Amino acid sequence: MGTDFLQYVISGITIGAIYAMVAIGYNIIYSVTEIINFAQGEFVMLGGLFAVFFAGTLHLPLYLAFICAVAVAGCIGLAMDRFIIGRARESSVLSLIIITIAVSILLKGSAMLGWGKDPYSLPAFSSGGPIMVAGAAIQPQALWIIGICALVVISLTLFFRKSVYGQAMLACANNPQAARLVGIPVRYMVFLSFILSAAIGAAAGVIITPVSMMEYERGALLGLKGFGAAALGGLGQFFGALVAGLILGLAESFCAGYLSSGYKDAVALVLLLMVLFLKPEGLFGNREAARLKKF
Amino acid sequence: MGRKNWLIMLGAAIFIGVFPWLVMPFKAVSHYVDVMVFAGIFSLVCIGLSLLMGYAGQISLAQAAFFGIGAYTSGILTSKFGVNPWLAMGGGTVVCATVAWVVGVPSLRLKGHYLAMATLGFGVIVNIIFAEEVNWTGGPSGMIDIPYLRMFGRKITSDLAWYYLVWGIVFLVLIFCFHVLHSRVGRALRAIHEDERAAESVGVPTAGFKVRVFMLSAVLASIAGSLYTHYVTCLNPSSFNLMWSIRFVLMVMVGGMQSLWGALVGTVLMTFVGNEWLQVFAELEILAYGAILLVVALFLPGGIVSIGGFRRKRRQSALEGAGT
Repeated sequence: MGTDFLQYVISGITIGAIYAMVAIGYNIIYSVTEIINFAQGEFVMLGGLFAVFFAGTLHLPLYLAFICAVAVAGCIGLAMDRFIIGRARESSVLSLIIITIAVSILLKGSAMLGWGKDPYSLPAFSSGGPIMVAGAAIQPQALWIIGICALVVISLTLFFRKSVYGQAMLACANNPQAARLVGIPVRYMVFLSFILSAAIGAAAGVIITPVSMMEYERGALLGLKGFGAAALGGLGQFFGALVAGLILGLAESFCAGYLSSGYKDAVALVLLLMVLFLKPEGLFGNREAARLKKF
Repeated sequence: MGRKNWLIMLGAAIFIGVFPWLVMPFKAVSHYVDVMVFAGIFSLVCIGLSLLMGYAGQISLAQAAFFGIGAYTSGILTSKFGVNPWLAMGGGTVVCATVAWVVGVPSLRLKGHYLAMATLGFGVIVNIIFAEEVNWTGGPSGMIDIPYLRMFGRKITSDLAWYYLVWGIVFLVLIFCFHVLHSRVGRALRAIHEDERAAESVGVPTAGFKVRVFMLSAVLASIAGSLYTHYVTCLNPSSFNLMWSIRFVLMVMVGGMQSLWGALVGTVLMTFVGNEWLQVFAELEILAYGAILLVVALFLPGGIVSIGGFRRKRRQSALEGAGT
């Protein structure tokens, strides 16, 4: 009993860290443009599959494959904004939703063409067997995932709080015209947000692939659960996304362990619906500020 | 409904009436009758979605879920409990209306992105239930041996009988929806689409109207699902997944979401594209859908039916510009 419990906690935290990273991807684009990018999950999938391509097909060392996959995804994110979203900036929310959905279908379809329908795996980042703690096994890869996620959250929080670029990006979200008046190149900030968000999504995809494999159609569900974490934590809240991601991961892992593994995918979604219905501003969001935003 | 719509309806009815006799003599295209049965069934879903998207300005990514709830309710009631299919169809609409009410009341308070995500999440949950409740739905391997629909004591089996039955229902639904749109409800819906706050300030109960349209769209999807069940006589969760919800949105977008005729045109066109013309590309189908959706959303937001009305619209917007 105790061992099982610990084991579920560990796997919950591992997958929760991934959801948190996906949620952070949503948050970055949302913070700068107030757009929810429905293609966010596809970047996770692309990250994983590109890493497989660079490591498995081109035989690059794993760390290089990781960097290349993240860079390629960043470029795709940039292209998505430059050639597609940028054209539709003035469109209604309805059109923007449909446009990002269309992009997600295109990315998914391209991945299916490129890699086929089989799931792929990557070797773990460091060799060696699992570490035993009180009878529960911790895969070294889980530590990598948690560590990279923590690194991303801390550096992004610092970036947005302390750096000039981060502040400039947030200014674009508050009032793009005012931001332009004080000399912030809004267009570049938006580019930057798409690059960052795609890159972080892709990084999540690379680090999860050794644990749970990756295939072309995983993106939608990962994206949806990541959005659940973003909404639960409060859109735009980086620390909130981390906590919410861990909550979702733990809930899912306990459901799979104690209730039914078939319904584990539904847990995060039920939580998502409950948050949207009961507390749309999220756990850490500001109710007053939420009213002013265009969801 | 206006004179113009009656004329279009007359034309459409004549076309639908003679269509089978035009294609049936030619072997290469005689199965188009079968494709048109599917198009008719999907039209019911899309008419409802068009009311929701084009008139009430709300998006739903859960239409395939309602389509599936109708289909499985019919399938389970008729094959496991021997209920009369028409009664089961009624049962499906009641279930769908109730579910739509439960989901709709909280989620229609949300706007734009959140609403889309809420319906998306709901749709995925329903699909997981279809796949997991193996005892009831047969799970991923599907459900078979669903009885045929009976009418006047006879089984409806031929494509032609199905064709006229389905399209008859489509026209009845269209007439009903045009009446709704040209009543107070329709004007209220357009007001909500234009500016929800303004509508509310002049006393339109916006939330109530939105929920009712959501329920109507769910009921139409449910009827379509029941018809689908009895037409194909086997069910599989993959017919009701997220991709299908997106396909329904695509059908409405292609035709033009501001018009019920647009929904109809888009559905027929996209059903032919999906069931017939893209079969050659099999694997590429999904890419084609993404591309079509993107092109329509970026360059033709009014859909196909807006192509002719382009000039009039421009003049109208010029007038509006002068007014402000």
